[in-house]
Amino acid sequence: MLLEKLSNARGVSGDEARVRELIIDAISDRVDEYRVDSLGNLITLKRAATRGARRNAPTVLLAAHMDEVGLLIVHVEADGRLRFSKVGGIDDRVLPSKVFHIGENKIAGVIGMKPRHGLKAAEMDKVIEADDLSLDIGAHSREDALSVVQIGDYATFATEFARIGNGLVRGKALDDRAGCALLVDLLSEEYPFDLYGLFTVQEEVGLRGARVAAFTLDVDAAFVLEATVCDDSPKEKDVSPTTRLGYGPAITLADPTLMADPRLVKLLIATASENKIPYQVKQPMIGGTDAGRLHLAREGVPGVAVSVPTRYLHSPAALLSLRDYRNTLRLMRATLPRLARGLTPVI
Amino acid sequence: MSLENLLIELSEASGVSGHEDAVSRIVAREMEPFADEISYSRLGSVIALKRATRTRRHKSRASQSPKLLFEAHIDEIGLMVTALDRGVIRFVAVGSFDPRVLLAQDVLVHGRETLPGIIGARPPHVLTAEERGKPVPLNDLFIDVGLSDARLRALVSVGDTITIDRRVSRLCNGRFAGKAFDDRCAVVAVIEALKQLSQVEHGWDIYAVANVQEEHGTFYPGAFTSTFQVRPDVAIALDVTHAEQPGMSAVNAVALGKGPGLALGPNIHHTVHTKLMQVARSREIPHQITAYAGSTGTDAWAMQVVSTGIPTGLLDLPLRYMHTSVETIALADIEYSARLLAAFSAELDESFYRDLQVETKMVARGATVSRRRMTGGKHQ
Repeated sequence: MLLEKLSNARGVSGDEARVRELIIDAISDRVDEYRVDSLGNLITLKRAATRGARRNAPTVLLAAHMDEVGLLIVHVEADGRLRFSKVGGIDDRVLPSKVFHIGENKIAGVIGMKPRHGLKAAEMDKVIEADDLSLDIGAHSREDALSVVQIGDYATFATEFARIGNGLVRGKALDDRAGCALLVDLLSEEYPFDLYGLFTVQEEVGLRGARVAAFTLDVDAAFVLEATVCDDSPKEKDVSPTTRLGYGPAITLADPTLMADPRLVKLLIATASENKIPYQVKQPMIGGTDAGRLHLAREGVPGVAVSVPTRYLHSPAALLSLRDYRNTLRLMRATLPRLARGLTPVI
Repeated sequence: MSLENLLIELSEASGVSGHEDAVSRIVAREMEPFADEISYSRLGSVIALKRATRTRRHKSRASQSPKLLFEAHIDEIGLMVTALDRGVIRFVAVGSFDPRVLLAQDVLVHGRETLPGIIGARPPHVLTAEERGKPVPLNDLFIDVGLSDARLRALVSVGDTITIDRRVSRLCNGRFAGKAFDDRCAVVAVIEALKQLSQVEHGWDIYAVANVQEEHGTFYPGAFTSTFQVRPDVAIALDVTHAEQPGMSAVNAVALGKGPGLALGPNIHHTVHTKLMQVARSREIPHQITAYAGSTGTDAWAMQVVSTGIPTGLLDLPLRYMHTSVETIALADIEYSARLLAAFSAELDESFYRDLQVETKMVARGATVSRRRMTGGKHQ
């Protein structure tokens, strides 16, 4: 299963090469061209199938990001412990008592914490900030540690992909390897227009890859494939879950980075209804995606994000439903051919 | 099986206090080839008896050999289901957990089936700064096993136990990180010592015991009852102690990889400690000293007051990050502890047995006690 390989692959923002290699292996015989740009984005082009292609067909972009949140080693203490900075948004509270894999050689390291035996009650009421944590790789000293790791190495959660519950999968980096897997699946279809499949870098540190790739590509419409917030655990107050697991692909209307193009939203919803594909609308104004940069490219690009609801994003292990994944794929497969005539002009 | 593989198998097995069957099966399987008898206490502790192989010169007590009991506990801290709430599991801790280690952990729920799950962490995208600034209290944590409420209710019941789902990690320099090394690393040492005793003669009957329920409460029910069943002449507990780590003063911690701590204090019988020190020195086995003003917080505290009282010693295995799921140990400390325990067991003889008796008599008379103490290991 490609999603499993992608989830287990290690690729924190700025270090996406391993993920990119996996994707190139998977798509190289499905696309007409591919190249890697100066930031590391993987840009693939699938030309219109000759039959059914129209002269004035649009150029469509599908994008997913390859990077994941993780840690960057910034210092080694005299006693051999590694100090780190967080890469991307990670809640400090999920870090203690976890295992990480560090650097090219996948050195195991753990984030320990003071045993509760010696703690005062007031100490246990405090969140331990990331700056006060360190990775223990079992090294005796700074020199010992530097023989296996170096400053600038990245560390990823050590979580292994697994199937759990009723048709769910658990893994690290499902945000956004789920989007990458969807995009690889979509690249095996034929389309009546030129389709760019874009696998971006550095989404988690500010949508960096998407900005330059969008400038390069000059397209007419952009879809971002994501794994998005799903906060549907029971709560005392009735607050929106953002999205709900098992209720189908989530369509973004608006988030802090994007007002989705209403024509694309309408097309997606109409397609879902006509094909009896379950879908949901993502609660507005939470999170952000590469669409936030793609839609600002050049003179502007109509954009929207379609996401697989995913619980526990940015933690060691996220959870998504394979049924939602398949329905997201179905929705995109059914929607894309309907773009053959392009979008109606805004005015 | 190598020490490393046994450590991994034991650590990854599940056995919350009171539910140790999966662990006790492994222990019994590993002890069986080296024991004359394997039995279970009424509460579930595994007791392996290896009878004395050296003939006694002075058969002062009919034909019975003196008895040495050494032990480690096989249970681990864990969680227990308290409620099923709209598709998720609410729980309490069994044993002492800092709730801050629980967020975003993979777990195994031991229901009608064993279900993998996650202690859910709401994503940073939806959290307020205020929420991120406070640890999530135990009551607000929940476990997600990815099932509908109805399916969950069919498979999971209040009272089911939950363990952290954590594979062992190999770190550098023969160090390992994992869950339940407290006290499974000491269980490995107990099994290894029993194995080494099959290569040498020994004059005492040896009871190697794997006790249940150490982590539950402060009465050590497993050790208290199994020790009564055996009523040994000497008892040695093996448990973990804090190794040096960030934020912990060296006053309260020992070094990792430099051998077990030989404990001192009111919980420890001086003659037993002295003998352990002598053996460690003569065999050149690395060791350290630990001292406890009251309870050692181990089975030793219970065993000392079993029946009419039992001379008790304690080997402390150094461990970092106790009661987290990344407890970190050095394999060398297990090897040193096993060698010391086996050598100590083999060296117990008639005169040591008499020493224990003589001292009791001397103490009763109030004579020459101080002289004996001054020859003790700590002051040599």
